[in-house]
Amino acid sequence: MAIIKVCGVETEYGIQMLGVPDPNPITASSLLVNAYLSLVSKKVGWDFVDESPMVDARGFTRDFQLAPEVETHLINTVLSNGARYYVDHAHPEYSSPECYTPREALLYDKAGEEVLRRSMEGAARVLGPGQSVVVYKNNSDRKGNSYGCHENYMMDRAVPFGKIVSQVMPFFVTRQIFAGAGKVGTEMAYLPKEQVPFQISQRADFFEEEVGLETTLKRPIVNTRDEPHADAARFRRLHVILGDANMSEYSTFLKVGTTAIVLSMIEDGFLDGLDTTLETPVPSLRAVSYDLTLKRPLPLADGGTATALEVQGMFLEAAKEYAAAGGLASIGDEAEGKEILRLWEEVLSDLEVDPMRLADRLDWVAKYRLVTGYRERHDVGWDDSRLAAIDLQFHDIRKSKSLFYRLGQERLLADDEIEIAVTEPPRRTRAYFRGKCLAKYASNVAAANWDSMIFDLGEDPLRRVPMMDPLRGTADHVDELIESCDTAAELLRALGS
Amino acid sequence: MAEREMVRKTTSSRSTETVEEEAKSASTEKSEKLKAELDDLLDEIDEVLEDNAEEFVRNYVQKGGQ
Repeated sequence: MAIIKVCGVETEYGIQMLGVPDPNPITASSLLVNAYLSLVSKKVGWDFVDESPMVDARGFTRDFQLAPEVETHLINTVLSNGARYYVDHAHPEYSSPECYTPREALLYDKAGEEVLRRSMEGAARVLGPGQSVVVYKNNSDRKGNSYGCHENYMMDRAVPFGKIVSQVMPFFVTRQIFAGAGKVGTEMAYLPKEQVPFQISQRADFFEEEVGLETTLKRPIVNTRDEPHADAARFRRLHVILGDANMSEYSTFLKVGTTAIVLSMIEDGFLDGLDTTLETPVPSLRAVSYDLTLKRPLPLADGGTATALEVQGMFLEAAKEYAAAGGLASIGDEAEGKEILRLWEEVLSDLEVDPMRLADRLDWVAKYRLVTGYRERHDVGWDDSRLAAIDLQFHDIRKSKSLFYRLGQERLLADDEIEIAVTEPPRRTRAYFRGKCLAKYASNVAAANWDSMIFDLGEDPLRRVPMMDPLRGTADHVDELIESCDTAAELLRALGS
Repeated sequence: MAEREMVRKTTSSRSTETVEEEAKSASTEKSEKLKAELDDLLDEIDEVLEDNAEEFVRNYVQKGGQ
């Protein structure tokens, strides 16, 4: 039986600093994270001048210099919802806490967007007049630079990695038909611009390998980073670097949900008989992205062909059998697993009839419809910079400016649950322990990271609480304990560490 | 989700034609609603869109990331 697919989404945001001469992206990113910390500190009464309670063991700064011209150190912090918020590769990055189900991963990804929005507002208060930092949830600057939106899934270490790679590959290459965020044009220098006026994925242009360790160059479809942040003898964390950052709740939910189901099936040996091996995954990834009709046949290793829709259809059929055999329990919530299957089927069938039917649910379709609508109304060519501007501004996270939000898309979440998720951790993973300790014992938390908490009780040595199992430290396990311990010292005594 | 399941159960007890007709009219209704929303946004998009599109696109430069 497959293990629970504990999952999460990490997003590197694009940033633009306006009204500042020679803007520095690292400074701008640090400004955002610091601005958020100052807002939060006011809210919950944490004193960040003398204390740095929300830090990560891998390095932090307590530099709260907010002047944009000052280069700050890389910032790395943990939030009370269990997420990690930091500066990475000159971008602000938010890593959601470990989530128990795909819907929860969606919820905490949207909570991250809210964290970035508040960071922007906070930054505006310390910047001069006419200066601002604007944040974009996308993956490309349209000039050949890409930044990622990664997913993580907990897998059983017993499953051979080679089997995961071969069985998940055709799924990864084709899932963009519902998970793509859409892009005007291409960044492949050798392709004539008119050949790819619009494509399904933001990221397909940037993948060059099938399998590998890299994440910033020669990006592979399946990433081999082996850093489980958990007991390495039992768990693997599959680090998925292929996906687009989605604005649409449907796209994120389906992306994480279908992937969790496929990985569970692989773990249970349920796909061993499914032969959809693609002959050329990397060129196929681009072929799928460039084909808005979704009808283009992809060469299979067995000499046949299949379209992206057909490949997805095969995975869906297998998943239905898997559900019938009781497999969806590993999705954390069987009813949610069934809802994922229902939406997956609905979306594939709508895509088959007419992708435009999904203009109110999927990112790439919504964006495509918007740019084609603009083209028709103003009679402009694909090379018009206004179309590129629409593409970028679709991903502006400010609700008044974001063309995604102004389109009024179908929702899966309610605003009030996102509001709660900004500060409250998920209840069914170890993120609960992390988040609650930060909320209650902040002054004694010296550092926190994914698989441990380090407490400083004012005496030597520092006390480390390991959290090697992502399914321990849940509300069920520790709620009463944290409730009954008024101080960190009591907590550690009760934990016996 | 419970609500949706209930709705589905109710529809399945009715005749297929009724369901199909309703689905068809719902689909037309929906595509009209989508079109109206798109038209509304297209009406106001030039006010929302960054003033100088060319400059905005040119200046949007990111350092590469993951």
